Amino acid sequence: MKESLILQSSARYVLWTSLAVSLFILLRGHNEPGGGFIGGLVGALGFVFHALALGQGATRRLLRLDPLAWAGLGLLAAALAGLPALLHHGEPFLTQQWLAGTPIGTALLFDLGVYLVVVGFALAFVLPFLEE
Amino acid sequence: MIALPLLVALPFLALPLVAMGLRARPAAAPLLALLPFGLFLALLLLPPGAAFTAERLPSLGLETSFRLDGLSRLMALLITGIGAGIFLYASAYLKGHAALHRFLAVLTLFMGAMLGAVLADDLFSLFVFWELTSLASFMLIGFDHERAAARRAAQQGLMVTVAGGLAMLAGFLLLAAAAGTTRISLILEQAGALAAHPFAPWIILLVAGGCFAKSAQWPLHFWLPNAMAAPAPVSAYLHSATMVKLGVYLLARLNPAFQEAVLWQGLLTGAGGLTMLTGALLALRERDLKRKLAWSTVVALGTLVTLIGLEEPLSATAAVVFLLVHALYKASLFLISGIVDKKAGTRDALVLRGLARAMPLTALAAALAGLSMAGAPGFIGAFAKDLLFTVQLGVPGLLPAIALAVNAAMVVVAGVVAARPFMGRPMEADRAVKEPPLAMLAPPLLLAVLGLLFGLLPGPISAALIEPAAGAILGRPTGVALGEKQGDELVLLLSLAALGVGVVMYLGWSRLQPRLAGQEWLDRYGPDSAYGEVLRAVSRTAVALTRRVQAGSLRRYLSLTLLMVFGGAGLVLVLAGGLAIPGQAAPVRVEQALLVLLIAAGAAAAALMRDLFAQVMGAALVGFGAGLLFLTLGAPDLAFTQFTVEVIAVVLLVAILARLPFRALDARRAAERRNDAILAGVVGAVGVAVMLAILSVPFDPRIPEWMGQAAVPEAKGRNVVNVVIVDFRALDTLGEIAVLLIAALAAAALLAKRGGRREP
Repeated sequence: MKESLILQSSARYVLWTSLAVSLFILLRGHNEPGGGFIGGLVGALGFVFHALALGQGATRRLLRLDPLAWAGLGLLAAALAGLPALLHHGEPFLTQQWLAGTPIGTALLFDLGVYLVVVGFALAFVLPFLEE
Repeated sequence: MIALPLLVALPFLALPLVAMGLRARPAAAPLLALLPFGLFLALLLLPPGAAFTAERLPSLGLETSFRLDGLSRLMALLITGIGAGIFLYASAYLKGHAALHRFLAVLTLFMGAMLGAVLADDLFSLFVFWELTSLASFMLIGFDHERAAARRAAQQGLMVTVAGGLAMLAGFLLLAAAAGTTRISLILEQAGALAAHPFAPWIILLVAGGCFAKSAQWPLHFWLPNAMAAPAPVSAYLHSATMVKLGVYLLARLNPAFQEAVLWQGLLTGAGGLTMLTGALLALRERDLKRKLAWSTVVALGTLVTLIGLEEPLSATAAVVFLLVHALYKASLFLISGIVDKKAGTRDALVLRGLARAMPLTALAAALAGLSMAGAPGFIGAFAKDLLFTVQLGVPGLLPAIALAVNAAMVVVAGVVAARPFMGRPMEADRAVKEPPLAMLAPPLLLAVLGLLFGLLPGPISAALIEPAAGAILGRPTGVALGEKQGDELVLLLSLAALGVGVVMYLGWSRLQPRLAGQEWLDRYGPDSAYGEVLRAVSRTAVALTRRVQAGSLRRYLSLTLLMVFGGAGLVLVLAGGLAIPGQAAPVRVEQALLVLLIAAGAAAAALMRDLFAQVMGAALVGFGAGLLFLTLGAPDLAFTQFTVEVIAVVLLVAILARLPFRALDARRAAERRNDAILAGVVGAVGVAVMLAILSVPFDPRIPEWMGQAAVPEAKGRNVVNVVIVDFRALDTLGEIAVLLIAALAAAALLAKRGGRREP
């Protein structure tokens, strides 16, 4: 697959486009179909495409961290999103909080965590099978 | 009273300091003895009756409570007082050992756990500390972990005490349910009602089981002598003076609640009596000093359990006095056996001779401790013996005879351990025998001298320690003061007779021991070998099972998993009569029918094609078809997810196929294909049956309706699916992504081995 010039030259654009789309899916998820799970899968697809074209080593360099580390950060973010409820309002863990009057709140951080876990999970499974 | 939890917390808080500080400066080890000594002083100053309670989970009735009464005060003083001596001794005993800091850290952990266990006033705190002592014991027995015997002994001790601990936990749960509270002091207030409760027999059996395992009662006594693989200070501290008394302590603690129950009395006196007899016989047979002492500890524990089971009011006082006496002389003798082992190079009682000339102070300590053990007049041991005989000889049945025989045997043990190694001509040793350093000599000497001091001045400790502790066991004041003569002429005569028999047996012991040791059936049919058999049977079964189930073929794993899940579900459906067909079904639209046909075609292709690429494509057709079907059913989120998952799965599968070194053809034989087809049929049929059964259950629309209404006001989102995922059921999602991460970690471990990705 590495030989395809078209694939190689388009890989970066496909990656950035799919990452942008995946973030859009993540953000719109609260009101329209989408969310962290789907967004994460779309983002992972972008990376898989990149790895198919340029080899998994290039993708790993781009990721900086091991996919598992990204997944771990995601789990951390999701767990942290549950804390403000405890600290400020004495409500049960993971009761989502919002900045007054806006749709921005802990739910977004939580969904971002889901997104990162899904990306990390998918890449941890797929990347080892792709060529260097 | 916040002081109590602070006292318990202090050793735990000191742990990092002990572990890291002593690693950097091992020479500071003797200073650590100041920690138990300080705790000892603090406990002396605390007023009896101090209590502390903190609620933890009030909705479940969970709390953390501590309480200082007569019994826990005596135990806590023993733990910290003897502990101070042990820490000092250990710092010299293991001087220069590379793992000294680790040893002392675990010892500190043990002391904290032990204090927590005896000061706890709620069942579950007690249980947690109790198990912590088992863990500490495991680490300390196995301290010399390069020796197989030490590893086996550590594992055995842990298995027996933790299995007992589990039984005890079940007993605690029943006890808490029966009493309606977990606080021990409140439980004891309902004494009469509890003994008559229908749960009472189970509570007694389960809790006593845990105590018997911990305190080495027959038939669970065998782990204690094996625990002698531990260094001498551990044997002195854990396996004679404190931890093994924890079972006795709990029995004594709960005695006010159950002392009226016949089962309680019968169980305790029966197990205790058998333990005494077994321990005495095996103590006579043993020639290793430490193991001999361990068997005599088994005897002492049996005696204590028997005393608690007796109804006689005097027996509580007898138990407390004997507990104190035993802790003093036995810890001292264990420490001395460690000195002898180190300085003379052997622990064989038949070999050791004439050490008194080279180590007179050690011999003095041994003599004092041995005299207290034998119950010589003037020592506190004399009071214990007087009380023991008075109580035990007054009971009908076999107990008086057992008591006499056991007492004679203990005289022999005292002589062989405390006198024989030091008397006679000096033995030939491979080294120059000399006195140990002061840090090793002072603790056993001091403990032995205390036995004499308390015997000469019984008044103060009787009022301050013995009476309050015995009162706690009995549930009311005893009115007995130490120092009053208890027994009558007959008791005195019998105890003299036992002493005489003991002395005669001691003189002939060097001829008696080889005969007893020749009785090999004692080893062959003992519980220790039964324990070994059970462990071997477990691993044989595990090996046979693993060989069958884990044949190393992924297809086989998959088949087994599918068969278990779907076969199980099908079985339940049929047996529970869950097969059903929904009465009303939504009409099927044309595009849906076409999609179903597409899915069926994909499935057929995957099943029938020989080319693996084609099979993957067929499976992909099923996945994409399902995604489209979800779309027609009004589930865009699900369809979206299905598409993306399917794409990743296809890429992954094709990438794997592309790496195969051979042409990607399905290599199954005809019979295998047939079996797979049958399995696939079962899975499909059960799946459909389950789906139909679910659809037949009337649908309750209240939850989705509420979710639809609450999504915007409560969660500020119009996509109900996503609101459920990130808000209403966020905790579920957190669990799910944690599972994803765990699966990825496991996969990464497997894939790293494959050699596809290189670990440095």
